[in-house]
Amino acid sequence: MKHISVAGKALTLLFAVAFLAACSGNTKEDEAAAAEAAKQAQMEQEAAQEAARQAELQAQEEAAAAQRALEKAAMSAGTVFYFDFDSSTLKPTAQAALDAHIALLKTNDRSVRLEGHTDERGTRDYNMALGERRANAVRDYMVVNGIASYRIETVSYGEEQPEAYGSGESNWSKNRRVELK
Amino acid sequence: MLLTTLRITLCLLLMFAPLARAQLVIEITQGVDDPTPIAVVPFAWAGAEAPPEDLAQVVQEDFERSGQFAPVPRADMLGFPTTEAEIFYRDWRAIQSEYVLIGQVSAQGGQLAVRYELYDVLRQARIAEGDLSMPVGEARMLAHRVSDAVYEKLTGIPGAFATRLIYVSVTRNPAGKDYFRLTLADSDGARPIVLLESREPIMSPSWSPDGTQVAYVSFETGRPAIFRQVLATGEREQLTNYRGLNSSPAWSPDGNTLAMVLSKDGSPDIYLMDLATRRLTRVTRHYAIDTEPSWMPDGGSFLFTSDRGGRPQIYSYDLRSGLTERVTFEGVYNARARVAQDGRNVVLVHQRDGQFQIAIHDLVTDRLQVLTNTELDESPSIAPNGSMVLYATKFGDRGILSAVSVDGGIKFRLPARSGDVREPAWSPYVNY
Repeated sequence: MKHISVAGKALTLLFAVAFLAACSGNTKEDEAAAAEAAKQAQMEQEAAQEAARQAELQAQEEAAAAQRALEKAAMSAGTVFYFDFDSSTLKPTAQAALDAHIALLKTNDRSVRLEGHTDERGTRDYNMALGERRANAVRDYMVVNGIASYRIETVSYGEEQPEAYGSGESNWSKNRRVELK
Repeated sequence: MLLTTLRITLCLLLMFAPLARAQLVIEITQGVDDPTPIAVVPFAWAGAEAPPEDLAQVVQEDFERSGQFAPVPRADMLGFPTTEAEIFYRDWRAIQSEYVLIGQVSAQGGQLAVRYELYDVLRQARIAEGDLSMPVGEARMLAHRVSDAVYEKLTGIPGAFATRLIYVSVTRNPAGKDYFRLTLADSDGARPIVLLESREPIMSPSWSPDGTQVAYVSFETGRPAIFRQVLATGEREQLTNYRGLNSSPAWSPDGNTLAMVLSKDGSPDIYLMDLATRRLTRVTRHYAIDTEPSWMPDGGSFLFTSDRGGRPQIYSYDLRSGLTERVTFEGVYNARARVAQDGRNVVLVHQRDGQFQIAIHDLVTDRLQVLTNTELDESPSIAPNGSMVLYATKFGDRGILSAVSVDGGIKFRLPARSGDVREPAWSPYVNY
């Protein structure tokens, strides 16, 4: 809005110069005054253009900052989402983290890969199916929240690629996960 | 009480030195209470050069591993007879051996021939004899065939020593991707041959019924896909590349069809692929998880795991009637069934008190008996003679293979010297 008002002032001045020129005949003083006024108007116009450019730059910077904030939020949200035993229900913390990724994905056209994993308990092929169920749960949440399904690939690794080797809940809880890549 | 602990560690021959690390070592942890003593006398060798293999030693180890026999140590033998005339029964009575096995080995034109004779010490009579031959390179397999014949004579059950295993072994790499290998070995873990190596997971090996091919799942393309591979030539072929799951291949008894699990149409379901035409037929249709198909020996139906009732249980699907029937009701978790050749005994993974154990379910009486008492037992595979179940478990922090007899009385471990071993698949009988 600022640059419009400046431009408005410059326009008013231009009209004023024209009016003066019309009223006072072709005297040298008049011409000098008119030249002075025109110069003044030009300067003011340039100032207005400069202000407009600054405003545009600022808007760009603000947009970039907003993008950086989205990226930062997505990064700090992490790319690994954890699940309870034999469950493919998204936890609230995982939903919050996914919201950050979804907000970022809406600003670009990237494709993502969701890799589903389980802990070592239960049979391997059943766990393959469970890992897929988890990856699908994440995919469905993203689709419901506006990410096109063709941008999402899901792959289950079952229990074949543990994050933590070894048994016990402390290791198992690290392995029941979906990784966003 | 069947708690006689034999605890015999047999370091198998290091024939293939570069592969020694992947070799399995057998440790018998439980045998029958009163194992039958048998003397396996070193076989005579009629050849100019050194014999390619100590066949009697291989036979002796087979009998030790069976858990039903107590082979006499060679150091205790008072003589090494190789013909009937050289057998002095009093010598064998003195060391309380009930049976004596002798043999003669000869080589001719690349073939190794063995003649074996089995004597009953009490009756002082020959009760079995036979002549077998195989290529020299298959000396160990020839010895296993002697074991099979003698075992059948003494127990009434055909032996399953002259069979092979396929398993997956993994070398952990905490800094990056693990290293996966698909390995073929003799039933005693000897002579391992790596069929496939990959930085991506290898899973679910399944034998063709004639024992010449294996189907498995490999992630080498970045996604799971089912492959089949010819053992003799190494020639391999990718069979599936569908979106979603491509898992659990299971060869039909006639060898023409591969059952598998795909989720391309939504949820995981069982499909049949005609291997000649590649035509795919969907056979289960349920929004729940349907997986882990295992054929009944007649090929008319198969068992599978489904959580359609809320928790994983075993169901059967009849291809003739199209009917699905629930099979297991005991406990909250029964999965990954494998059917014995008798079509009656089913080995599966059963959860009890939060622990996953190997159980046997009798399809006739509907009785379920838990066979193991460890915590994370999985992937049971039954021997072609129906006597032993090989499965994967954890020992310490490592994945190892173990075996248990179908009555739970005999147990032994086959830990690898390094890495994790998993998903054993016991071969069918193979004609060599």
